[in-house]
Amino acid sequence: MRRISWFNATSLTLGFAFLYIPMLVLVIYSFNANKLVTVWAGFSTRWYGELFRNEAFLDAAWVTLRVALVSSTLATVLGTAAAYVLVRGGKFYGRTLFSGMLYAPLVMPDVILGLSLLLLFISIGLDRGMMTIVLAHTTFSMAFVAVVVTSRLVAFDRSLEEAARDLGCTRWDAFRSVTLPIISPAVISGWLLGFTLSLDDLVIASFTSGPSATTLPIKIFSAVRLGVSPEINALSAILIGIVTVGVITTSLISKRAIMKRIAEENRADT
Amino acid sequence: MRRAALIALPFMWLLALFLVPFLIVAKISLSDIALAIPPYTPTLDLSRGWEGITDWVTGLDFENYIFLTTDSLYWKAYLSSLQIAVLSTLMTLAVGYPIAYAMSRAADEWRPTLLMLVILPFWTSFLIRVYSWKAILAQEGFLNQLLLSIGIISEPLTILNTNIAVYIGIVYTYLPFMVLPLYAALEKLDDSLLEAAEDLGCSRMKAFWLITVPLSKQGIIAGSFLVFIPVMGEFVIPTLLGGSDTLMIGKVLWEEFFSNRDWPVASSVAIILLAILIIPIVLFIKNEEKQWESEV
Amino acid sequence: MAEKPRKPSQVVYAPWEDPQAKPLIEFRGVTKKFGEFVAIDDLTLDIYEREFFALLGPSGCGKTTMMRMLAGFERPTEGDILLGGQSIVGVPPNERPVNMMFQSYALFPHLSVWDNIAFGLKRDKLPKDRITERVEEMLRLTRLEKFGHRKPHQISGGQRQRVALARSLAKAPKLLLLDEPLGALDRKLREETQFELMDIQEKTGTTFVIVTHDQEEAMTVASRIAVMDNGKVIQVDTPARVYEAPNSVYVADFIGDVNLLEGTFRRTGPERGEITYSENEPPIAAELFEDIPDGQTVSYAIRPEKIRVSAEKPEDRANSAWGTIIDIGYLGNVSTYHVQMAGGQMVKAAMTNSTRLDRRDFTWEDEVWLSWRETAGLVLTK
Repeated sequence: MRRISWFNATSLTLGFAFLYIPMLVLVIYSFNANKLVTVWAGFSTRWYGELFRNEAFLDAAWVTLRVALVSSTLATVLGTAAAYVLVRGGKFYGRTLFSGMLYAPLVMPDVILGLSLLLLFISIGLDRGMMTIVLAHTTFSMAFVAVVVTSRLVAFDRSLEEAARDLGCTRWDAFRSVTLPIISPAVISGWLLGFTLSLDDLVIASFTSGPSATTLPIKIFSAVRLGVSPEINALSAILIGIVTVGVITTSLISKRAIMKRIAEENRADT
Repeated sequence: MRRAALIALPFMWLLALFLVPFLIVAKISLSDIALAIPPYTPTLDLSRGWEGITDWVTGLDFENYIFLTTDSLYWKAYLSSLQIAVLSTLMTLAVGYPIAYAMSRAADEWRPTLLMLVILPFWTSFLIRVYSWKAILAQEGFLNQLLLSIGIISEPLTILNTNIAVYIGIVYTYLPFMVLPLYAALEKLDDSLLEAAEDLGCSRMKAFWLITVPLSKQGIIAGSFLVFIPVMGEFVIPTLLGGSDTLMIGKVLWEEFFSNRDWPVASSVAIILLAILIIPIVLFIKNEEKQWESEV
Repeated sequence: MAEKPRKPSQVVYAPWEDPQAKPLIEFRGVTKKFGEFVAIDDLTLDIYEREFFALLGPSGCGKTTMMRMLAGFERPTEGDILLGGQSIVGVPPNERPVNMMFQSYALFPHLSVWDNIAFGLKRDKLPKDRITERVEEMLRLTRLEKFGHRKPHQISGGQRQRVALARSLAKAPKLLLLDEPLGALDRKLREETQFELMDIQEKTGTTFVIVTHDQEEAMTVASRIAVMDNGKVIQVDTPARVYEAPNSVYVADFIGDVNLLEGTFRRTGPERGEITYSENEPPIAAELFEDIPDGQTVSYAIRPEKIRVSAEKPEDRANSAWGTIIDIGYLGNVSTYHVQMAGGQMVKAAMTNSTRLDRRDFTWEDEVWLSWRETAGLVLTK
C-alpha cells in the first residue's frame, strides 16, 4: 500500500476544509435562535417550524419537484438516444451540428440559454409556466445525460451488441436486452444529474417561468438577495442533509457491489 | 428506418429549442425597442404577404450594437467579466490541481470516498453554496468574528460586496468542475512512467513538470473551459456576493432585460457574449471528442 | 513440427477432392474495401460441410474481415457469398444460420452462464422446456454443469471460453465462426482446449471456421488451412501439404521454420534440377515437377529438421555442404544449430537430442558437414 505524502495529505485536508466548512457553518447557524443570523443566541429549531408553515415555500418546492421529475425523465430518454446515435450511429448528415448543439449547453452561460428560450416561447405564443420550464430544463439536462451515457458507451465492448445480433436479436432487441441493462448505471446517474440540475437552476427558470409557476430557487434567491435569512438557513440545511444522505447511501451501495465483485473475481481466478 | 427516427427525435428537439432560439435572439438584437407587447419592433407580419416581409427586413439594423460601443458601461462589463473569468480560472486550477493530484495518488480503497467528497458539493444546490458565503464574509460574519477573537485583526474586514468575495465564490462553487476532469486525467497516469523518469535521472519535481503535467493536459484544458465559459456569463455570484461596482456582463444582461425591459439591447449583449465564447466552446467540444476518440 | 497422426475417418473425409461435392460456403470474387483500403481482394474460396477450416495469417491480412462477412457484420463491396447455394449478402446477422464465438467472448456481464447460453434460444421463441433441455445439453457438452448460475465474472478464463462456445453452439448453427478463440488462454490450457474443440466439432458435426494467427493452432485443429496475406488467399490445403508442399516462399516462411537459399536453376533431367547458390559450393540437386526455364532465379526451401549435422562427410546423401557452428539453440527435445557455410550463408539445422547434454556431439566453432536428400527441399519460384 502506498503511504500518502505530507504534501498530498495537506492538499486534501485544506481542499476539503474549504469545500465543507461553509456548508457546515450554514447548517450550524440554521439552529441559531437569533433572528440576526450571525449572532449566536442558543440552539433552536424555530426556523424549521416557520419554514414548514410557509405556504409559498411549500408550493414552490412542489412545483420544482414536478418540473425536475418530468424534465429529467425526458432528458434521459432524449440524451440516451443522442449519445447512442453519436457513438454508434456512424456518419450522418449534420452530425457535427448535432454534437455541437448537444454539448454546447454544458458550458453555455445560463443567461444566454434562458434569454433565448424565453424569446422563443414568446415568439411562438407559448404561455410561460411549468411547461416552459420543463422544456428549457430538458434541453440543457439532455447534454449532461448525453455526456454521462457517452462515456459509458465508449467503454462498452461493441462485440457484446454484435454477439446479441449474431444470436438472433434485431438492433432494437439487442439494445433493449444487452446494451441498456449494461449502461443502466450511467443512464440512472444521468437522470439523477438532470434531476439535481433542474432542482438547482435559478437563471433559466427565472427567464422561462411565468407568474403561475415559481420554483424554489427563485423563491430562495429573492429572499437572500438583500441579506441572510434564518428561514433560508433552515431550508439549506434540509437540502444539504437530503443530498448528503442520498450521495452517501448510493456510494455505500456501489462500494459494496464493487467489493463483492472483486471478491468474486478473486475466487474465480484461484 | 428506426435509426432515422432515433436521430431525428433529439435532433429536432435541439433544433427547435437550441438553434432556433438563437436565431430569434439574433433577429431581436437587430430590432428596436418599442412600448408594445412584445416590446420591440418590427415584428414579422406574414398576413401582409411580401410587403410584410420586406418591411420586416428593412426594419432591422445594427443600431443596438452601435449603442453598445458608445456606452462605456458595456465594454467595461465585458472586459471586467473577462478579467474575472481568466483570473478565477487560474485560481481554481491552482487550488484544484493539488487536490486532484493528491486524490489520484491516494490508496485505491480511499479513492471512491475522496471522489464522493468532491462530488457531494456538486449535487448540493449551487445557490445555497453561494449563499453560505454571505454569512461567512459579512462584516459581522463568521470569518471576521474568528479573526477578531484570535486577535489577528482589530477592525472587521470588508470582504462581502467586493470583487474578492466574487473570486472566493467562483473558486468555491466551480472547484468540483476543475477537480473532476483533472482527477480523471491524473488517475490514468501510470506510476511506472514517473519511476522511469526518475530512473533516467529526473528529480521528483522535474518528473512532475516533464511527465505528470503534460500528461494531464487534457484534464487541464477540460477543467479550465468548464470554469471559464460559464463564469463569463455568471449572474448569481456577482449579484449575491459582489458589490455595486462589481461589473459582470451576465448581471448587465439580466438588468437590461428584467429592469429596463430593453429586449433588443439585452439580445445584442447576449449575441456579443456568445461571439466571445464561441471559440472557447468549440475548443472545449473538440477537446472532449478527442478524449473519447482516444478511449475507443 | 511433425504432422500429428489423424484418425482414419478424418483422412477419408476430403470433400474438396471430390468434384461432385457441393460446398457449404462459396466466396465468389469477393472484394471488401474500407474507404481506399482493400481488406479483401477478389477472393474465391469454397468451404465444405463438416470441415474444420482455418483462416491463417498475420494481423491485418483480412481474415477477420472474411469472418465478419460470414457473420453478416460486413457487406462485401463486390462479389457474392453463398451458404448452401443461396446468397447471404444482405441477410442481417440475426437471420443467418451462422453463429460466432467472439475473440473477447462477448459474454453478457449482466446475465448468468445459463442465461447467456439460453439467450439465442429465447430469440427463437422456443418453448421453455425445449430451451432448458438444450441449455443443459450444452452445459454437459462443455462440462459447465456446476456453473450455470454464476455470472461471467465469477468464473475463470477457461470456463468463460467454454461458455462462449456453448452459447454459440446452442442454436445448432450450420456454420460456427471462431475468432481467435484461444488467444486469451495460457499455453497449456490452449493446447488442451484445441483437442476439446476438435472433439466437440466431431460430436456436433458442425462446420467450423476458425480465424487465427497461430500456425501451430491452425495445424493442430484444422482439416484445411487457408494461408492469407494482404487480402488474398495464398494457399488452401491440408496442414500436412501446407507444411511439406508450400506453394510460395511466403507460405513456407510463415508456417514453421525454413531455410531459404536463393540461386540459379538448371534442369538436369525429366524430374531433376540443380540450384547454384554459391560459388564455393556444389549446386543443390533437387527433385521437382514444375516447368522452370534454365537460368531463372529461384528459392530453395528446406526445413531445419530435414538437414543432418555430422562430423564426417556422409556418402549416402545427394547434397552436402561444409560449415562452422556459430550458435546453438537448445530447446530440450531438439537443438537448432546455426551453421555458417563457406559462402557466408547461415543455415539452420535441427537435430533431436537423443542423448543427454554431457554427451552432445557438437559445440560452438566446430566444423561440421550438413547433408540432406534430394527430396528434402522444395524449389519455389514465387
